[in-house]
Order: sequence, then C-alpha cells, then structure tokens
Amino acid sequence: MRPAFSVIFLTTLLGAGQGLFLAIVAHQTLALLGVLSPDGGRGMYGPGAGVALALLVGGLVASFFHLGRPERAWRSAAMWRTSWLSREVIVLPALMGTVFLYGAAHLTGVNPVLARLPGGGAVDAALAVGLAGSVLSVALYVCTAMIYACLKFLREWHSPLTVANYTLLGAASGFTAAAALATSLAPSEAPFFAGWALAFTVLGAASRAASLVRNARLRPVSTLQTAIGVRHPVIRQISQGFTAGSFNTREFFHGQAQSLVRSLKWVFLLLAFAVPAILLAAGLASGSAQALAAAILVQMAGLMVERWFFFAEANHPQNLYYQSVA
Amino acid sequence: MTQLALVIDLNVCVGCHACVTSCKEWNTSGSAGPLPDTKAYGEQYAGTFFNRVQTYEVGCYPDTETVHFPKSCLHCEDPPCVPVCPTGASHKRKEDGIVLVDYDKCIGCKYCSWACPYGARELDDHNRIMKKCTLCVDRIYDASLPPQDRKPACVMACPTSARLFGDIHDPESEVSRAIREEGGYPLMPEWGTHPANHYLPRRKTRVLIHDDELERADNPLKVDRQQPRPAKGEPTLDDAVTW
Ligand code: SF4
Ligand code: SF4
Repeated sequence: MRPAFSVIFLTTLLGAGQGLFLAIVAHQTLALLGVLSPDGGRGMYGPGAGVALALLVGGLVASFFHLGRPERAWRSAAMWRTSWLSREVIVLPALMGTVFLYGAAHLTGVNPVLARLPGGGAVDAALAVGLAGSVLSVALYVCTAMIYACLKFLREWHSPLTVANYTLLGAASGFTAAAALATSLAPSEAPFFAGWALAFTVLGAASRAASLVRNARLRPVSTLQTAIGVRHPVIRQISQGFTAGSFNTREFFHGQAQSLVRSLKWVFLLLAFAVPAILLAAGLASGSAQALAAAILVQMAGLMVERWFFFAEANHPQNLYYQSVA
Repeated sequence: MTQLALVIDLNVCVGCHACVTSCKEWNTSGSAGPLPDTKAYGEQYAGTFFNRVQTYEVGCYPDTETVHFPKSCLHCEDPPCVPVCPTGASHKRKEDGIVLVDYDKCIGCKYCSWACPYGARELDDHNRIMKKCTLCVDRIYDASLPPQDRKPACVMACPTSARLFGDIHDPESEVSRAIREEGGYPLMPEWGTHPANHYLPRRKTRVLIHDDELERADNPLKVDRQQPRPAKGEPTLDDAVTW
C-alpha cells in the first residue's frame, strides 16, 4: 500500500495524545489511591490535558487531508454498526470532549468533589471525566487498529498484533511525552512517567517485533491463478489494460525500492524503540530533562517511520492484476 | 431474490476493448456526471474507468495461450467493500444485488477500495469520490429503450457476445445456465466474497475425424474412378440432386 502522510500523522498524533491523557489520568488515580504523592502531579494535569488535546486536534486535522470531500466528513458517523472507521469517527470527538472537560476542570478550578474514598481521598469531577476518557482512549486505539486489522486479505494487518501495536506504541509515546512534560510541570513525578514509558516502549518493541516476524513468514493466499481463475503454473501478465497510471497503480504500490523499505525497518526499530529506551533509562537514572525531551522527539519521528513501514509492508491482492504496463 | 451479474466468456473474448470504450462512453455521459481523465492528451495521463481488459500469457513458449481478461466490479454477494464504508455511500441493493456508491454521500476516504480484493474501485480525482461499475443501472431499467437494449453498455458492445447479463439467482436464466453448463467460476474464491460475476473458462475445441469420414470407402464414384455414364436422354447423376 502507498503510505499516506495524512494517515501517518493521524495515527501517530492520536496515539500519542491518547497515551498522554491515559498517563495523566493514571497518575491522578494512583495519587488518589495513595500510591503516588497526592499533590506532586497537580501542576501537570491541566496543561498536560491541553497538550493531549492539541495532539488529538492535530490528528483530526491531518485526517481531513485524507478525505476527498472533507466538507461531508460529518456523514462518516453513520455506519457505526458495521464500520470501524465510523466508530473511530464517533469515539474521537467524544474523547476530545472529555479531554477538554478534564483539562478545563483542572485549569479553572471548577472541579467539585463528587465522593470521598474511605481514606479521605477526594474523587473530583475531573477524575470521573478522566476515567471515562481513559475508556474512550483505549476504545480509540482498538477502533484505529481495527480499521486495518479487519481487512482479512491484507494479511500483514489482519492480526491481533495490529491492535496490540497501536495500543502499546501509542501508550509508549504518550507516557514518554508525559515524562518530558513532567520535567518542568511536576519534576518529582517524572520518574513515574519515564518508568512506565520505558515499560511500554519495551512491550511495544516486543509486539512490533512479533508482527515483523509473523509478516515475514506469510505466504500469499491469492495468486495469479486464483486471480484470473486459470489453472496453470506459468501465467504472466502482458497488459494491465492501459499504459497510463490509474488509481489502482497509485494507491496500492509504495513505489520505493525494497532495499529502502528494509532499511527503514531498522531505522524505526532504532528510533521508535532502542534510542528512546536508552534516553528514558538515562533520564530515569540522571533525572536529565534533556534526555526525556530528546526521547519524545526521537520516538515520535521513529513512530512515523514505523507507520510508513506499516503501510508499505502490506501487500494488497489487487496488485496481482497490475503487474505489467502496456 | 434477484442478483444481476455479468458472465464473461474468456473463450471468446478477443481483447478488443469495445466494452471498455462503450462503458466509458455511456458512463461519462450520464446523469451521474463524467468519468474524468487527467491530462488525457499529455504525457502523464490517467483516467477513471469502470472496466478494464487485461491480457495474460499462460504457459511457456511455444505452448502458450493468450487470455484476454475483462475486469470490473463483480457485485459480490458478500461484498467486503460495503460494511467498511463509514457513510453508507457504498451499498448493495436488496432488489437486484447491484453494489453502488451514492456519489452524494461519499467522502472519498478510499476505505472501500482497500477492502476490495479485486481492485474494482477507482477514485475519481476530479470529483474526489469513489467510482465503480454500476451494471449500467441507469440503462437496464430504462423503459424508453427497446427491451433488447436494456442491457449494460459493455454487453451491447461486445462483438463476440463474450458478455452475458442476467439474474444468477434464476436457475433458468441465460447466465445461470452458462455458469452451470459451461463451468462458470468466480475470482479469488478464497476470500468468501461470493462474486456475482462469473467467468467461463477457455475451452479446447476438438473435432475427431476418422480417415474414412474424409474419404468414404464405399463411395460409388470411387469404385472404378469413373463417373457412371448414362445413356443419351437419361438423367445424369449430376442432375440427381435436383430430382
Ligand atoms: S468486486 Fe470489489 S467493489 Fe465490487 S462488490 Fe466485490 S468487493 Fe465490492
Ligand atoms: S470512499 Fe466513499 S464509498 Fe468508499 S468507503 Fe469512503 S465514503 Fe464509502
């Protein structure tokens, strides 16, 4: 498939925004439960939600560049019963709404206490909204990944590993972003975020590596024989029916050399996983703000390469019909 | 339930592209708007088509055969392109099984084209919406046309009658009989899409002729290699056929 930059930005920015929001709400929840210091992260909840919202808006804007008719985008919520794309379109604004309310509650201080835990911890309105938003965040990971994973003949994508990858890679970048933000907004809490960012980066590396291994072993199900229904071992396309380009020759071929695709695989394994893991570990050990800031920048760049590779790697069966220009 | 479909006979298709051009002509002139081309007379031209005729070579030289292969939307009975559409623009009609795109609803997200294993959908770059074969839905029900013309434009154009059109759910229709009796098959059956369009395979036509059929052993003319000579006034054997 041809990687579209709109979709690369859409999925990476959304993933990081969702992960960042999950990180903040997780922190507030653990602080309420007494696992973390109750007030150390306060300074981060509002601005952090703001950054998460900015990432989500960035992803939404990128998505419009993917549409031929963005002015009709509202129609895309209609088929939520059958279409994962439609479900994503519904969950995303709902998530943006909760992130906005969460951030606004913290920034404006309009944040009534809804209940008290037996230990005396206050469950405020923001936390309730935040927990709902966390559910939506996870749901959005599933929706985004299922858009790709549900296409059964795109076998590189048709796997639970796709859902695991989208979730873990998004969480990794979100927690890394939280760690970088915490160095200035809530320095005492940076190790918490960096530690979890490291854990998600390692888990993400494992599941992404698993999908690379799986995809390398795939054997095509469709062949030229089943494509045109002729039972002969030797079939060659002489003409695809036109000498010019068409949607089919543009949309489904990445048009890059296999050597470039292979080298980009190593690039993203380094930039999305290895280098950020080292920087996160360094940040954890030394408390260096620069290391954590570098970690998120490198990881986002790496994840964009990862997403490019994700699309380029998928081999659409329609390509069997477009092998020879004439 | 009706399921309209094309049955394409690969045994007689000669790869003339008449179906391609007549499809383009009909469908670019209709009320649904043009099927535009980009830089049609430039160097980097491209266009949107519903139907393409491809050519394959089967076997190794000199034992090869050329197969011309027309390809358009197969109007799958279980179309994977329909449920993924977020707007409901892509739909399969209950009454006749035609898979259509509602051009007023489509947002051009291309998701349906990813979900079609056959590459049957093409994005129209000018109107920025998805296009595909409609089985000439604006033609086959047109009561102003004589009944024999209420067929898709490609079927009308085919000089070898390689394209049959009809209801594959009616066991007595021409298309059902062709599928049943001439080994009609679907493309890529492995994905469970149950294409409505079927293809008829290449066949070898062999006639077995024995020597004694070419030259009759008991031919009276051959007995003494002489024409029987009738008496004057009698009819000759040459006249026998007119007796
Ligand atoms: S051939 Fe492709 S576009 Fe046509 S109905 Fe089947 S899946 Fe859909
Ligand atoms: S391109 Fe149009 S028809 Fe296809 S899935 Fe998107 S909205 Fe539906």
